[in-house]
Formats: sequence, structure tokens, C-alpha cells
Amino acid sequence: MSSTTPSATRGAGPAGTEGVHEFTATGGDWDQISAEAERLGDERIVVNMGPQHPSTHGVLRVVLEIEGETVTEARAGIGFLHTGIEKNMEFRTWTQGVTFCTRMDYVAPLFQEAGYCLAVEKLLDITDDVPERATLIRVLMMELNRVASHMVAIGSGGNELGATTMMTIAFRDREEIMRIFEAVTGLRMNHAYIRPGGVAQDLAPGTTQMVRDAIPKIRNGIAELEKITLANPIFIGRQQGVGYLPLAGAIALGAAGPILRAAGLPFDLRRTQPYCGYETYDFEIVTETGADAYARMVVRFREMRESLKIVQQVLDRLEAQDRQGKHPVMVADKKIAWPAQLAVGTDGQGNSLEHIKEIMGTSMEALIHHFKLVTEGFRVPAGQVYQQIEHPKGILGVHLVSDGGTRPYRAHFRDPSFNNLQTLGIMCEGGTIADVVVALASIDPVLGGVDR
Amino acid sequence: MSTGTTGPGEEQQREPAHEAQEAGSQQLVQPPKGVAPLELLEVRKGLFGVRGTGDTSGFGRLERTVAMPGPSTRPYGGYFDEVVDILAEVLEEASVAFEDAVEKVVVFRGEMTLYVVREHLELVARSLRDDQDLRFELCLGVNGVHYPNDAGRELHAVYPLLSVTHNRTIRLEVAAPDADPHIPTLTQVYPANNWHERETWDFFGLIFDGHPALTRIEMPDDWPGHPQRKDYPLGGIPVEYKGATVPAPDQRRSYN
Repeated sequence: MSSTTPSATRGAGPAGTEGVHEFTATGGDWDQISAEAERLGDERIVVNMGPQHPSTHGVLRVVLEIEGETVTEARAGIGFLHTGIEKNMEFRTWTQGVTFCTRMDYVAPLFQEAGYCLAVEKLLDITDDVPERATLIRVLMMELNRVASHMVAIGSGGNELGATTMMTIAFRDREEIMRIFEAVTGLRMNHAYIRPGGVAQDLAPGTTQMVRDAIPKIRNGIAELEKITLANPIFIGRQQGVGYLPLAGAIALGAAGPILRAAGLPFDLRRTQPYCGYETYDFEIVTETGADAYARMVVRFREMRESLKIVQQVLDRLEAQDRQGKHPVMVADKKIAWPAQLAVGTDGQGNSLEHIKEIMGTSMEALIHHFKLVTEGFRVPAGQVYQQIEHPKGILGVHLVSDGGTRPYRAHFRDPSFNNLQTLGIMCEGGTIADVVVALASIDPVLGGVDR
Repeated sequence: MSTGTTGPGEEQQREPAHEAQEAGSQQLVQPPKGVAPLELLEVRKGLFGVRGTGDTSGFGRLERTVAMPGPSTRPYGGYFDEVVDILAEVLEEASVAFEDAVEKVVVFRGEMTLYVVREHLELVARSLRDDQDLRFELCLGVNGVHYPNDAGRELHAVYPLLSVTHNRTIRLEVAAPDADPHIPTLTQVYPANNWHERETWDFFGLIFDGHPALTRIEMPDDWPGHPQRKDYPLGGIPVEYKGATVPAPDQRRSYN
């Protein structure tokens, strides 16, 4: 369709769409299109939103059937970011799998890593052998990541409504967390930091102090963001009563996380089925009763504070450990633990010089061991496990099947966004087109995780 | 799978268990003491994925049996016994014997899997959801697993269930033969399974009978084949770097 003179063309699409008028909008020509549509007088109008998204969510297509401004039917079309991560994992070792699953939901990468590693450890039956310090570091990273993920949810949600300030504030304070991640893992995203058996590297000296210094800034950022949103009449007007999904609907559609808690059910896997020692931390499960987009935002704000509470407690424990001396961060079993430790040299990050000296100069057996473990990997007993953890967006389920080999026989991630995006239809139908964006932002889907 | 070609040394070196052991797939392998019996799936020979006269690795006669955890016996431990007992009672009321609906119960790593006969899947799921002592309100979707050597039950569907009321988790597993890949849909019981079933159809070719709109979800609508099946190649091209060539992932050395 020419963009200069929009007029209807007869569709030649799939069966059932013959003779249907088609419009292609290229921006700025809405008046002409609506005039043309009015002239043709079609009763049923289907609008494609996407497939693209100018925000951090990723590529999504929403098919809307509208009557005037009202949405009568909404369907989400996904798959644009499908990269076959699960299939690829079947051709890599168990350790290499972490590098792949971290790329699914790139806004909350450490949750995929943690869920996957917990599942591998369950299959190996070494859950209890994972060192205390590794578990503490995992909790620290996950809770910081939860704050970062909620920041993106709130900030990009605001950006989609045209409130760029919300986005800039949220991303400014997320940056504090990104800096911590970079200091700990070496990378801002795609960390591959949590490994089966522990974590890749102990915290560098001074990291706990760095986190402590960052917490007040993050807190201030949350408060600032809260002030300009939750009491803002425009924000309230756009969010309250929009994207309504009551408890029964949320349960039926399997939507957990903030969507479920905003509907009033205090369901959180960290409390009901604790992993990584979450039962030993003092935190509250946040609930709201609005069951709308606004309630979900409030839940996210309050959850960030609870996460920072957990971070404080982890820091206390980590510092107590620091005073006792060196603690391992990887299982003692040399048949599973990654043989080398990383170090920063003059030419960048790599295997520590000490380790290279040992395998190349003194111990042939150590060299063989290193080579075998890195190229072949370890074997995992045959069987299947399912590990579910509380992702910022809901329940993340990791289903692993092993045939006793050095690679996963099947790895499946039940991404919370994939499941939650199903609720878009029920949230939008009967509302206006403008509210679709609000409902979508309140679900907080990340299409990298949805499509995997 | 018609469109898939076999990966190098992947399929041809694997013999179905019943050929290797002259028994069905229910063959049990003697386990180490204190461990539940294992169910033999296949026997793999050699190493590194090379076969026949080209195999100069010296590992050609190496054999590895692939066996999955077999049926468990009572007590299953924890709440598992209670769940099974109540489910048996509820099924009894619907005049279905527990043994007819559930083939076996496997407890592995503290998780229970009920292997359900596909004809009774919906009844079992509905009973698990509705009975007040079971109340598995949440189904975390469905996931396929392809076992090309599990003769007559190549395609498996796994349903993790979660009870918010009683804080319990169990898993249902249903098998279907490749020749007749039909499983009844659970979207009537758990609407959340809608997209998950579409994904499993897309990736494995499992047809969920009664699903409202079973179309592809991740792959393009006109995509041939079902990519997560074991006979579907991963693909990829060799990468040249500083004079050396790194083969595509599915062409690299594998350790059976």
C-alpha cells in the first residue's frame, strides 16, 4: 500500500480473508485511513499492533479487533524472538547450559541460571553439598536482580505511556545494580555466573561494601519513582481499573507473581517451597487487592523494598563469613567443580596464573582432569527433575531430563512471561485501545523469555 | 519425522532396548543397592559418535545402557502416599480403577511422577483439581520429551501440578506412540495450558485433541517439522577462526 495516498486494497491473504479491506499505516496517515474506513463502512476492524515494540519487552504482535475505540478481541502473536535455546542446550555440556539459559529472560538472567543450576544439582543429588557461601551469593544476586527487573517493569511501563521521566529514573537506579553485577560477574547481562555446584567466582574484596553503598541510592530511587507515580492523578487515571484480572482468572490462567499477589493471594514460592535457604530470611509477601494494573505496580514497588531487606540480611551473613576467613563457593567434589578460578591479568580476564602453572608445569593428572572436565563435562544420573523458583514475573519452572550423559537430554523452561502473556486477552477485551498498552506493561513480559 | 535427517552417528548407533535385550521397554536393570529399579531405554555403543570401519578410536566395543528410574514401591514417602490414596478413591467413585488410569508411580529425587494412561488423563486431572483433599489448582503447563527408542511410547507429555491450598507438587506424565500422537487436551481443566499445548504441538508434533486452536506458536505457521524432536537436526555451519575450523555443534565430538 502506498503511504502517500492510503486507500483500501482487497486482501489476498489466507483463506477466509478474501475480499477483506487492508490498510497499511506508516505513521501520520491516520486521518486518511479512518476517513477511508468510514467511507467503506466495514463493521469489523482488525488492527495489528506490532510486530515490534519500541521498548525493552522485545518483539510482540498483538492482533486487536476493535469497534470504535473499544477492543472486542485481543490476541498476542509471539515467536519472533524464538532462538531454539532449549534445543541448543541438548548439544552442550551441563555447565555450558548456563550460558544459554541466562539469555532467555535477559532482564532477569540470574533467575534462569539459579533455577537451572538448582535443577542440575537436584539431579546430581548434591543439593546439600553446595557451600553456604555460594547459596548466600546466589540469594544476593537474585534479590538485586529482582529489584532491577521490577525497575524495568515500572520504568518501561511508564515510558510506554509517554512518561519518559519514569523510565530515566528507573534505569538510572537500575544502573547501580548493573554496576554491582559487573563487579561480581564481569558482565552486565548474560552472566553465566551461577554454575552447577556453586558460583563461578567468589565476591571480589570490597563487594559487600559496594552493595551497602548502593542500597541507599536504590532506596532513594524507589522513593522518587514512587512519588511521581503512585500519587500522580494521571498515572492513577491510566492504571486504576485497567487490565483487571481477579484471583479466579489469575489461577485459571496460571498467572503467578505480581499478577496473582495483586489479586490478593499471598503466594510466593520463596515462602511456600523455600530453596536457597529463603526460609531463614525475614521478609514479607506483598499483596494488594486491586487486581488491576495499578495494584501490580504497587506490588512491585513494595516487593523491591522487601528484596532490599533480604539483601541487607545476606550482606550481614557474608560479612560475618568474611571475618572467619576464606570459604569455598563451589562443591568440594572435584569431578563436578570447575577446575580453574578466574583472575584478571595484564591481558584481561582469564584462568588464574597459579592454575595454569599447576596444570602446565607440575601435574600431568591435573591437566588431564582439567581437559576432560572442560571438554567432556560431568555425567548426570538418568532421570528427570522439576525445579520451580519465584521469578520476578511469576513461577519459573525448569524441567530437566538426563539420560545419564554429559549433556541434557531435554531442558525446558516454563517461563513466567510466556504463561502470563496469555492473560492479555482477558485483560484487554472490553477496554479501549489505549489501555492495551497499560495492560501489557502491567504483565511485564520479556519476549526473550517468552520465545526462548 | 519426515523432514528431519539423522545427525551423524547419533541415531544409527543407538539400538532400541527391546532389540538389545530381547525384551520390551519394561525391562528392568538391576540397580545399585538402595536405589529404585531402572527401566532400560536403549543401549549405546562406542564413543565419540563414530561407527563402523571408520572407528579407530579404540572405544568401539564400549557399551552404555541408558535406563530411567523405574516404578517405585510403597511407601512413596511424605504426602505422596496420601495423594495416591485419595486419587484412587476419587477415581473409584468415577468407576475407574486406579491401576487402569495410572500405569506406574515413580518417585525420584523427592518428586513423584504419575504415569497416566492418555484415555483417562482428563479425568485424573479433573479429580486432582477438584477434590478438596487434592486441590491441585495450578498446572504449570505441559512439556514434551521425545524418546525415539521407547517403542510404542515415543512421545511423552509432562504436566507439573501445584496445589496452593496444600502446598504440594506432583507431576503427570502421558505417553503416546509416534504413529498416533494424540493426547486429550487439558485446556478444559486448566485453561493456562492453552499456549503450552500449542508449544508442545509446535515442537513435538503432539496433537492435543479438543484444543480450541491448536496452531504453531513459536515457529512460523508454514514451518515443516517439529524442531524439538530428536530426529530433527540442530543445524549450524562450521566457523573458521584463525585458520582452524570449529564444526557446527551437532557435528562435534559427543560422549554418548
